[in-house]
Amino acid sequence: MEQLKTIGRELAMGSQGGFYQSKEFLDLVKSIGEARSKAEEDRIVLGEIETLKRRVSEPDIPKRKMKEYILRLVYVEMLGHDASFGYIHAVKMTHDDSLLVKRTGYLAVTLFLNEDHDLIILIVNTIQKDLKSDNYLVVCAALNAVCKLINEETIPAVLPQVVDLLAHPKEAVRKKAIMALHRFYQKSPSSVSHLVSNFRKRLCDNDPGVMGATLCPLFELVSTDVNSYKDLVISFVSILKQVAERRLPKAYDYHQMPAPFIQIKLLKILALLGSGDKQASENMYTVVGDIFRKCDSSSNIGNAVLYECICCVSSIYPNPKLLESAADAISRFLKSDSHNLKYMGIDALGRLIKISPEIAEQHQLAVIDCLEDPDDTLKRKTFELLYKMTKSTNVEVIVDRMIDYMISINDNHYKTEIASRCVELAEQFAPSNQWFIQIMNKVFEHAGDLVNIKVAHNLMRLIAEGFGEDDDSADSQLRSSAVDSYLHILGEPKIPSVFLQLICWVLGEYGTADGKYSASYITGKLSDVAEAYSNDETVKAYAVTALMKIYAFEIAAGRKVDMLPECQSLMEQFLASHSTDLQQRAYELQAVIGLDAHAVESIMPSDASCEDIEVDKALSFLNGYIQDSIEKGAQPYIPESERSGMLNISNFRNQDHHGASSHGLKFEAYELPKQTVQSRIPPATLASTEFVPVPEPMSVRESYPTTIVPSASSDAESTELKLRLDGVQKKWGRQTHSPATSTSSSTSKKTVNGIKQVDGSNTSNSSTWETYDSRKHVEINSEKQKLAASLFGGSSKTEKKPATGHKISKPSSHMVEKSHVRKSSMEIASEKKALVHQPPDLLDFGEPTVQSSDPPSVDPFKELEGLLEPTTQLGSTAAAATNSPDIMGLFTETPGGTHNKDDSDILSSLSKQPVTNMVGGATSTQVAQSSKGPNRKDSLEKDSLVRQMGVTPSSPNPNLFKDLLG
Amino acid sequence: MGIRFILMVNKQGQTRLAQYYEWLTLEERRALEGEIVRKCLARNEQQCSFVEHRNYKIVYRRYASLFFLVGVDNDENELAILEFIHLLVETMDRHFGNVCELDIMFHLEKAHFMLEEMVMNGSIVETSKANILSPIQLMEKAS
Repeated sequence: MEQLKTIGRELAMGSQGGFYQSKEFLDLVKSIGEARSKAEEDRIVLGEIETLKRRVSEPDIPKRKMKEYILRLVYVEMLGHDASFGYIHAVKMTHDDSLLVKRTGYLAVTLFLNEDHDLIILIVNTIQKDLKSDNYLVVCAALNAVCKLINEETIPAVLPQVVDLLAHPKEAVRKKAIMALHRFYQKSPSSVSHLVSNFRKRLCDNDPGVMGATLCPLFELVSTDVNSYKDLVISFVSILKQVAERRLPKAYDYHQMPAPFIQIKLLKILALLGSGDKQASENMYTVVGDIFRKCDSSSNIGNAVLYECICCVSSIYPNPKLLESAADAISRFLKSDSHNLKYMGIDALGRLIKISPEIAEQHQLAVIDCLEDPDDTLKRKTFELLYKMTKSTNVEVIVDRMIDYMISINDNHYKTEIASRCVELAEQFAPSNQWFIQIMNKVFEHAGDLVNIKVAHNLMRLIAEGFGEDDDSADSQLRSSAVDSYLHILGEPKIPSVFLQLICWVLGEYGTADGKYSASYITGKLSDVAEAYSNDETVKAYAVTALMKIYAFEIAAGRKVDMLPECQSLMEQFLASHSTDLQQRAYELQAVIGLDAHAVESIMPSDASCEDIEVDKALSFLNGYIQDSIEKGAQPYIPESERSGMLNISNFRNQDHHGASSHGLKFEAYELPKQTVQSRIPPATLASTEFVPVPEPMSVRESYPTTIVPSASSDAESTELKLRLDGVQKKWGRQTHSPATSTSSSTSKKTVNGIKQVDGSNTSNSSTWETYDSRKHVEINSEKQKLAASLFGGSSKTEKKPATGHKISKPSSHMVEKSHVRKSSMEIASEKKALVHQPPDLLDFGEPTVQSSDPPSVDPFKELEGLLEPTTQLGSTAAAATNSPDIMGLFTETPGGTHNKDDSDILSSLSKQPVTNMVGGATSTQVAQSSKGPNRKDSLEKDSLVRQMGVTPSSPNPNLFKDLLG
Repeated sequence: MGIRFILMVNKQGQTRLAQYYEWLTLEERRALEGEIVRKCLARNEQQCSFVEHRNYKIVYRRYASLFFLVGVDNDENELAILEFIHLLVETMDRHFGNVCELDIMFHLEKAHFMLEEMVMNGSIVETSKANILSPIQLMEKAS
């Protein structure tokens, strides 16, 4: 009995010609199919790997068996496991004589190997041989492999043969040869630059399939160099015209649309060629207009072509009539209930809006619906549209919306994108500085770790420079509002590092500028920051420098500076820091505090961050000091270039010179970081503070304000800091926490004091902030109501309510919509049924309950095709015959400069085409019938197999054909 | 480039066919498949058949227990890709007759052969079902 079952199964599955399969293979597929979990699947595959490792190394494996092993290897890799032990066998299989085995070998190799794999070199030889084969199917198999496996280095090995194949009598070979050449062009344009004309030639190929494939490389060529292909506009237009007029063989039709994929490709190319070119565009108007009229907007494919037309129309030189058709199509899309069409509509609107901005207004409600749709895809597309239509009048609403959305999502990739868009829009259209700072604060608060550091530098510059107008009071107002907002934000628990840096800088520069806050209050805040984010060296560095500025301003103003106890403990900690940068800053702070008001004012002038500073690169102010030293017997400075030679010599020389050479070495150590001269000099001077006259290091340190403001130099600073930071973090990781806590515990008295103070200030401050917040809320609410109006500029204040009404009524209007909607709802219904009835069985495709309603014996789809095919083909022959002179005219017109004898004449090809196609069609239906048999037999076979495997019988799938039949 | 990959995944998230048009390592494929399958399978019927993922889009369509997912570049016409999926299913249907997940599993190489005819270098090159199927039929006859 068991045996019988097996035989039956093999009969069932082995029925398809040479695609024989053994019981072992069937069992494998079955067990994979029945795996209930990833773990179970992994277990099966791991077992399979062991079996295969044993099997493939057995001697004298018959071809068929080997082919099966290789397919099992494909399964192993597809399910995520390494099958590299079997690669070599796949490579060997490409040598086989049997076409099926060879092609399976090539398939496996293309799936397993990338073009730089070591084994490729073994295949190149086989490919070369196969490209010369008499059997065109072998040539095709080799060309498939060429497209995947040939890299830049191996192109020359096959290039001549591929070029020869461009003129192969079989259209399938020409098509694949074109694609191979296309691949070479993608890999290394220079290697085939002399062959590009072949693409032009093949555009006029007799076979529409070859022509269609040639559009792929031409699209790429046109997009890289439009001007060289302007001469082809006429050809493309005439081809598109012929396609639209159904002059291609019926076989290219898809859902009653003539060759829609070719139409789409052509429209894409025309969009490129007509962009900004009135003359070229004028040639396209008629045909694009025709397609607009002919497209069946009730089918997906019709809408796909319509969408492409809209893209084309909005790219080429504008034509009012076409724009009107495009706007009509868009409004159909947007009014549809299908989310897919809405999505396309929103995208198309975004394209058309650049040319005719006024069309947005009539769709405002639809756009707002999409914006509020729970479907994330649609929402994002709508944000993209809003981004495109942002103006200074609606920037506030749009950016507010974007930020709300940004806060709500977790996807970092998209968060980054939308944050940078917010920044871009805010920078471009900000109505006021205040608003700009608010927006930036929000962006930094919620996506601070994702935005570019330059954005922070830009904001610092904006706050420092003001808006360029000579209105100092406005600028200082801007600054104090920034300070206010930052002091408030510091109360939040977790703030991104970039934002903290920005806050520290602003507080340092302007914290005490307007006299609203005392120095001790600001410095308290700053030391809190440094303490709270103690594992962020960059933030600590910014905080220390800010502290220094505050103290410097205090001293310069003649006030007595009392360092807060927590600041002092912080400084003690930093003076012993592992980070030399922090240490340096701490020492500088210490030095500055000890100076008199006059000196401090000259090193740290208040609000001078925008002043240009002349850097004395020659350090001429040190001349006197050097003179003194030399007189006292010090070694003169030796430039680096001379020094290295001398060092060598001195090394060779005696020991007396050794002292001098070590001196030289010391010099080198100071000299090393050449690029950042300004910031690097302080350590040298600081290290020798005792020797240096007081005013001199100051003038060096004057460079501090510069390093912060202009983005370039501040960049240098930050990267410099980061470099050190990286090293530290990698070495000690989290442990940087522990020294911080230990110091804080050792100074617990002081910190308690500090916290008390901070708390008090926080509460005193928070009340004012609450009121500010609520005010903001009111603003947003009122803005929301006016959303439509503010987005689209008036006229819709009252229409907003209908918008929500429309949304509610949507489910009810669902029923009355177009056929495809009905279809989809049926799908849903049946899907739901399936969910209810179906046992959770993987192999169960059908649905017994549905089976009764859906006759299994006849496949209506095929029936339909059977009916259609012969007649339509005859029809197309007739059409081609009657229309042929016309086509010929169209094609000889083409100025492609291709004087090929065989291909300039599409007349013969087209009139010939249907004939050959009829033959092909006849054979194909024959074959189909013999392979499928009458449908019933086939499905019975399948049923029996599935039953044998112990699963629920399969049956024609209702869902599948709902879709097919519409 | 256009099409970056074509995946067939059943509703349990198990891969049934995978074809990539740009090279990814085994680990990358595994990670990518896990990520996008999770994303797409979680969506309902009313939502768009398109999902943005990193810097490209996924167009997907469900047939019974099987999902077809196509990763495309951002400038690709999504609706056309959606119909391309359908064309693929129609083609497989013409060949297998009432195609189901099992057909693809048992005849993985044939499904791949069809794809090889339809898509090259990430571009759609053939849409005539007769042309797509004829090499497979000839091979069947020959062996």
